[in-house]
Amino acid sequence: MRVGIIALQGSVEEHVRAAERALSERGGGEAVSVKHAGIIPSCDAIILPGGESTTIGRLMLREGIADEIKSAAKGDVPILGTCAGLILLARYGDKQVEQTNQFLLELMNIHVTRNAFGRQRESFETPLKISVIGEKAFNAVFIRAPAITKVGENVEILAKCNGYIVAAKQDKLVALAFHPELTRDTRLHHFFFDLV
Amino acid sequence: MKLEELRHGTELLKKGFAKMQKGGVIMDVTNAKQARIAEEAGAVAVMALHAVPADIRAAGGVARMADPAVILEIMDAVTIPVMAKVRIGHFVEAEILEALGVDTIDESEVLTPADEKYHIDKLRFTIPFVCGARDLGEALRRINEGAAMIRTKGEAGTGDVKEAVRHMRAIMGTIRELRGKTDEELLRVARDIDAPFELVKETAEMQRLPVVNFAAGGIATPADAALMMKMGADGVFVGSGVFKAESPEKMAKAIVEAVNNYDKPEVLAEISKGLGGAMKGLDTHTLSEDETLQTRGW
Repeated sequence: MRVGIIALQGSVEEHVRAAERALSERGGGEAVSVKHAGIIPSCDAIILPGGESTTIGRLMLREGIADEIKSAAKGDVPILGTCAGLILLARYGDKQVEQTNQFLLELMNIHVTRNAFGRQRESFETPLKISVIGEKAFNAVFIRAPAITKVGENVEILAKCNGYIVAAKQDKLVALAFHPELTRDTRLHHFFFDLV
Repeated sequence: MKLEELRHGTELLKKGFAKMQKGGVIMDVTNAKQARIAEEAGAVAVMALHAVPADIRAAGGVARMADPAVILEIMDAVTIPVMAKVRIGHFVEAEILEALGVDTIDESEVLTPADEKYHIDKLRFTIPFVCGARDLGEALRRINEGAAMIRTKGEAGTGDVKEAVRHMRAIMGTIRELRGKTDEELLRVARDIDAPFELVKETAEMQRLPVVNFAAGGIATPADAALMMKMGADGVFVGSGVFKAESPEKMAKAIVEAVNNYDKPEVLAEISKGLGGAMKGLDTHTLSEDETLQTRGW
């Protein structure tokens, strides 16, 4: 399995290491950093890391990566978006998204709100129940995190926190408002890689 | 979900926040209009100031934390994180910034130090700190005090990159020298560079600083930014370089693209075309010792 990590900005290194750890637990595969166009067509799965969604969105367009991700999604390639990645996967943004001309891939039928929980002072860690990965709570790290306010057709809600939807799945697309790459728990990675 | 289960201000959250800035450009801004230009160009955060370092340098006198009204105006103008500077050791300025809801505090040598002996105890704050460093010892001392992010000091407000280069080479070079050393040898290094052994050991094992490490202090062009990335920086701060340039909009966009394409000279060539003049700048060799900012802090 070849996993492409979009490496324009943000927690790329952490995602590469987390993906490698999960891959080695399930018998191998490779994680490649995607900085430029031309690599995505050879990937079996794609991860959109956390970072600043405004920056990643702009660079994605300039580098021609956005169209490649959209075609991959059409070809049923699983895509995982964490934090900023969740925003990019969304079809509908809030006022903040509009105000900043935020680019969206518009792949998932979800409405997102940026910085839903507040500024960095309000960032938090919390044990989160996500039934699809088992009973044991996942230590979810929310950093100036976005959230899903509304879901449309075909979207399965995976987890909620403080009234917001913070994890969701639509076919082979998975959106997480928090950062599994900052912890050593690989259960969500396995859940995602199982979609390949 | 019970509210009491939410933990705020943990080391993971502070260092994790800094990780989200990697591969990005953080720009100094002095008002809402500049902040919007920075965001539009693709900056990952802005540093809210009352004046850019070149103007602070020119003005002389005591440089302090910016007016909270200016900081709030900038926080209202953009959706990306907003950082702001406090004087070295001035923990009350830091408490004020935390109360304002700033996302990160820069305990900065660009402002006039408030304490000549102690840096701020950064561990007791909920929000992360970034601090300047000239070498590995200084970087690890700041991390030990709770800094979640390090930047080279360089020589702010000059547009001369050589001091940032010197500091990045010093940090990265010393880290390379740690490779393969035994614990006894690392203990000796820790004593020599005046840094805690545990952090020296962690750095040796990781072969990088244990927190995010940006370049700052004198970066004025896309080529400067790419140079710092090539030397191992996780990202760059651009102070006066954007808004002292002839066309701030063009320069800001170009520096963001350069950080993403630092390993592609042909793309850098394209990015660097027709930007108008970079900031005029100041050769750091013409500065007398009491005009340098990097010697503030220890």
